[in-house]
Amino acid sequence: MKKIEAIIRKSKFNEVKEALHDIEVNFFSYWDVTGVGNEKQGHVYRGISYSTSDIQRRYLSIVVSDPFLDRTVEAICKSAYTGNVGDGKIFVSEVIETYRIRTKEKGPDSLK
Amino acid sequence: METTLLTVNNVWMMICTGLVFLMHLGFSLLEIGLTRQKNTVNILFKNVFIISIGIILYTVIGFNLMYPGSFIGGVLPDYFIDLFGLSLPENGLGPEYADGGYTYWTDFLFQAMFAATAATIVSGAVAERVKLGSFMIFTIIYVGIIYPIAGSWKWGAGWLDELGFYDFAGSTIVHSVGGWAALIAVWLLGARLGKFKKDGSVGAIPGHNLPFVTAGVFLLWLGWFGFNGGSVLSAEPGATSLVLVTTSIAAASGGLAAFVTSLMKYKQYDLSMFLNGILGGLVGITAGADMMSITDAIVIGAIAGVIIVLGVALLDKLKLDDPVGAIPVHLLCGIWGTLAVGIFGDLAGVGQFLNQLIGVAAVGVFCLISAFIILKVLKSTIGLRVSEEEEREGLDIHEHGMDAYPDFRTNEH
Repeated sequence: MKKIEAIIRKSKFNEVKEALHDIEVNFFSYWDVTGVGNEKQGHVYRGISYSTSDIQRRYLSIVVSDPFLDRTVEAICKSAYTGNVGDGKIFVSEVIETYRIRTKEKGPDSLK
Repeated sequence: METTLLTVNNVWMMICTGLVFLMHLGFSLLEIGLTRQKNTVNILFKNVFIISIGIILYTVIGFNLMYPGSFIGGVLPDYFIDLFGLSLPENGLGPEYADGGYTYWTDFLFQAMFAATAATIVSGAVAERVKLGSFMIFTIIYVGIIYPIAGSWKWGAGWLDELGFYDFAGSTIVHSVGGWAALIAVWLLGARLGKFKKDGSVGAIPGHNLPFVTAGVFLLWLGWFGFNGGSVLSAEPGATSLVLVTTSIAAASGGLAAFVTSLMKYKQYDLSMFLNGILGGLVGITAGADMMSITDAIVIGAIAGVIIVLGVALLDKLKLDDPVGAIPVHLLCGIWGTLAVGIFGDLAGVGQFLNQLIGVAAVGVFCLISAFIILKVLKSTIGLRVSEEEEREGLDIHEHGMDAYPDFRTNEH
């Protein structure tokens, strides 16, 4: 089993969600994050220019069984893509075990 | 028949009183919107204090100080009769009082609403770093004594009035009186942390709620119908309707001029400048709202709008930190509006211009000196400014133990 963590543009969230839905990845968690990066956003306030490196993104955490890994990554890459700097990143890591609390199933079965 | 007219006039004046009262909500929203979330409760507290103490002070002494009624030798206000408290004069409720424009009670309350405005102007300029106690003491002295004295020179039939100085609704008598004190206060207080950096650059400290600022400015515009409309001092149809028109036109052209100027200067459609420009136009037309033609009102408003944008930039250059733009709006546009009476409209002329200049200078010197003395004494005794720690963490928590939005305290703002 793998954990796929993706940082994506908030504006792309609905497309990513639908793309995941299409490949039957229906369960995942997400939250809004603020990050720091190379992309600077220019602002002007009452005649004073300033830029902020605070970047607003959405963080998705998806745990899938091994056969789902590639298509999940592919679906995110495709749906979160704009081609501009700041499209985000995907991290994949090994998950040692998963449990479903209600039934105490474990392993890939608990992910269905 | 006379009493019917008095009734109509008086109703209009009471509506105007209510409209001027509403301006205090406008100022409150404007000030909290242009400052950071962590100081919201503090600013609101100051605004609530100002209107409350303002009315009491005006009851106790202000009204009589401002309208002495008679003068010893024609110059010195005769304060020996009835300086304290309100006492209904003979015929105070009849058509003989104030040419049947309003009753004594209406007179008092309308003027009381004006009085508090002067301190509200200062409140915005000193926001986010002034010590609450010091500000309250300053307000008590300034609204209780300084404002009524300056006002008596013109509206109390004092020496500026004799001279021929004209200030219809208070570009100088109200707005500049607040503006001069704001200037001194900002200078003595110093800038907010992070406003002027060590490398010489100017930092932006964005306000936390532009929708509030917008609501505040619309309320102020509405309130100005009472501020200027009521300054006709009756419901005289021609004058009141003209004043409402010139007031609105100047507001509109002030806002447009400010947004175009800031667009040309900074290549940005800056909402806060647009809104400040509207206020600049309103302050600008206030001195001569009943004397101006439509074209005059457009020009006066537009110049006020340009003054706003240049004034904000000038203050940054002078390292004076005025978070809400109170000095450009109330001081610079107040001066401009007062001088404009000598340049445009029915009174225009060299003699009038000089009278206007004398009025601006006299009130300016008086306010600068008195504000300096009060604030300097406060600075060297109890201090004007909160501690650095308090400024960083917010005045709301330190002075009041409260958050304005307890569920939304997400970052340092």
